This record gives sequence, C-alpha cells and structure tokens, in this order.
Amino acid sequence: MELVEKADNAQAELLMHFEEKINRGDAIEPKDRMPDGYRKHLIRQMSQHAHSEVIGMQPEGNWITRAPSLRAKQILLAKIQDEGGHGLYLYSAAETLGISRDEMIDLLHSGKAKYSSIFNYPTLTWADIGAIGWLVDGAAIVNQVSLQRTSYGPYSRAMVRICKEESFHQRQGYEIMAKMMKGTKDQQEMAQDAMNRWWWPSLMMFGPHDSESPRSSDAVKWKIKRHTNDELRQKFIDKTVQQAEVIGLTIPDNDLNWNETTGHYDHGPINWDEFHRVINGNGPCNKQRMDHHKKVHQDGAWVRAAAEAYRQKKEKQSLN
Amino acid sequence: MATDTQFPLWEVFIQSKSGANYIHAGSVHAADSNMALQNARDTYTRRGEGTSIWVVPTAAIVASNPDDNDMFFDPANDKVYRHPTFYVMPEGAKAI
Repeated sequence: MELVEKADNAQAELLMHFEEKINRGDAIEPKDRMPDGYRKHLIRQMSQHAHSEVIGMQPEGNWITRAPSLRAKQILLAKIQDEGGHGLYLYSAAETLGISRDEMIDLLHSGKAKYSSIFNYPTLTWADIGAIGWLVDGAAIVNQVSLQRTSYGPYSRAMVRICKEESFHQRQGYEIMAKMMKGTKDQQEMAQDAMNRWWWPSLMMFGPHDSESPRSSDAVKWKIKRHTNDELRQKFIDKTVQQAEVIGLTIPDNDLNWNETTGHYDHGPINWDEFHRVINGNGPCNKQRMDHHKKVHQDGAWVRAAAEAYRQKKEKQSLN
Repeated sequence: MATDTQFPLWEVFIQSKSGANYIHAGSVHAADSNMALQNARDTYTRRGEGTSIWVVPTAAIVASNPDDNDMFFDPANDKVYRHPTFYVMPEGAKAI
C-alpha cells in the first residue's frame, strides 16, 4: 500500500513539474519526461495528421492524367509530392514519441487510427482540384498556423515547415477557381458545384463544436491545441467569404450573415450526422481510400525486401 | 509479411547556404547512406532549402538527459567572467 502511495506521489509531482513547464511556455522535447496522456494524445493526433496528408494524395492523384494543361499537371504533381513530404515530416516527428512507422501504418490499416474524413469525398471534376486547394488546404492552413505554437517541439517544427509550403497549395487552388469563374457558363457552374459540395465538409474538418469535443480540455491545458475547433472554424469562414465574393462564387449557406456585434460571420447549422457517418466509415470513398493504401503498401513490399537484402549484404561485406 | 521493414532511421541536417551551420531538419528511413541522402533531399529540400546535407544513423547519436540538466550544465553556471559584459571598461574607450 505504501509503495503504491509513493508511486502515486511521484506521478503527481512529475505532472506538476510538467505543467509548470508548459505554463512557462517551454517546449517539450522527445527526451523530456511527459505524462502518458500527453504522449498518447500527441501520437493519436500526429499520426492522424500524417495519415491525412498521405491519404489526401489520392483524391488529387485522380486528376493527374486528366489535368487540362501541362502547366496544371506539373503543378498538381508538385503539390501531391508536397503532401507526401508533409506526411513524412509528421511521421518523423511522431516517431520521436516512441512509436514506429510500421506500427502507425498497421493502426491505419486496422482502422484504429483515423485520417481526416474530408478525403472520403470523391473528386468528380477538375473544379474539385481547385476547391481542395482553396478550401480544404485553406482550412488545413488555419489549423496548422495555430499548431506552429503547439507545445511539442518536433510537432511545432514540422508545422512551421508545412505552413511555408501550404500557401502555394491554397493559391494554386484559388487560381483554378478564379480561372473557371472567368470562363464559360459551364465552367462557372462546375466551379459553383464544387464549392457547394466542398464547403460544408471543409467546415467539418475543424471537428465537433467545442461543447461536444471530449478531448479538448487536456489538449488545451497542455497547449497541444492553441485554439479551439470553433475558433479556428470561425477564422476560416471569416477569411474565405471575401475570397469567394471576389471571384463571384456563392457560399452555399442561406444563414451566412455578417454580424456587426461579434465582428464575425454567423453561419447555418452543420450536418453533424453526415460528419459522424463519414468518420465511422460510411462516406462515399472510405473503402476505396483504405483499399488503395493497403494495396500500394503490399505492392511495394518486394522493393523494401530487396533494399533490406542489399543492406544486409553490404553490412556483411563491411565486416569481412 | 513478418520481415517487412521500414529500414533504419537517419537524422537529417541541412546547410542552407555555404558558411551556415548545419541545422537538424528531421529524419528519414533508408536502407543505406546513399538512399538516406536521396530520401533526405526529396523530403527536406524540394525548394532549394539546402546546399549540403548530412545524414547520421539515429542510433549513432548520443544525447544528454534533460533530467540531469541541473547537474550536467552546472559547471557553466558560476562563471560569469566568461561573458564580455562581466568586465568594466574605462570611460571613453572605443571599439572594445
């Protein structure tokens, strides 16, 4: 009994030191002691973030062979390569918490780790590539800019790197939309249709309302999250409305109104049933995205085996 | 496949221009040093961020333990005379 009590006291003391450090604004680095809850929260959030970057390559990859010009194709290829790179920055940062890359991939394949549900929607037209860059990356940027100040050092540094690259993504998407809105009536309708389909899922990317977000409190207390879901969502809406107006797109929300008192836009209710349906595996493309990831991972197994055999051979040679 | 592997981990350091310090950028997985260099290039220098890259096997890095910081860095704590601001300069002396 006494031993248990002693251990509990030691734990409490560790937690106190940790929280003092967080409150001072110090970053937490990989070798620092941290509560299990902090480590677990970060592993979940960072691996989910990494998986989202990688799964997000699929809806855009769908349009590489059908990009309307060589310029558009080169840009799209570079953007998708960036997304892969962002996934790697984040896996690398998550590995500093003691989880291996293999484990993270296994958790994704077994369905235990999630990725952003926005990527379970299909890219039906070229305008969807514009909408993803402008709205989906735009929403991601708002979140990632905030995360640059997250308390875990490697995560924060990965975010700084990612934010530098993301603004190209958002601008290329907005350029596609602007071009289409200057085009034929069909092209304008196509752009508006993409706007209509991507607007609400983009708002859902910020997650449930603060009142419904079960894990928020620890994450805010430990400065993993620096702003709440609703704050970030509001920031995204406020900056996007004007951009839509400039190019003549209508935001598909009849309740969207400028509120003089709050200095923000009010918006209509979000369809959380849809959000939960898609998160729980019943979006239009969940199965396709996972099947593709598993297939490519398995198809690449022989390459990894060959490189591993080569490594072992070289190791033997260097011993002789 | 039980023997599937993501390869050993390498830490990546990048020099942004000649004369600058090498700064830690992150890590990559690779089977050997060539592959590590190429992966580091593709992952961390897609926009001309570097003119030179070091890759080091993560397992070869020895790091100090933050729990020992007080003791470990103690020798430096009471030697203010190692800083130029410690010294009193005569009034009027210039360029020192």
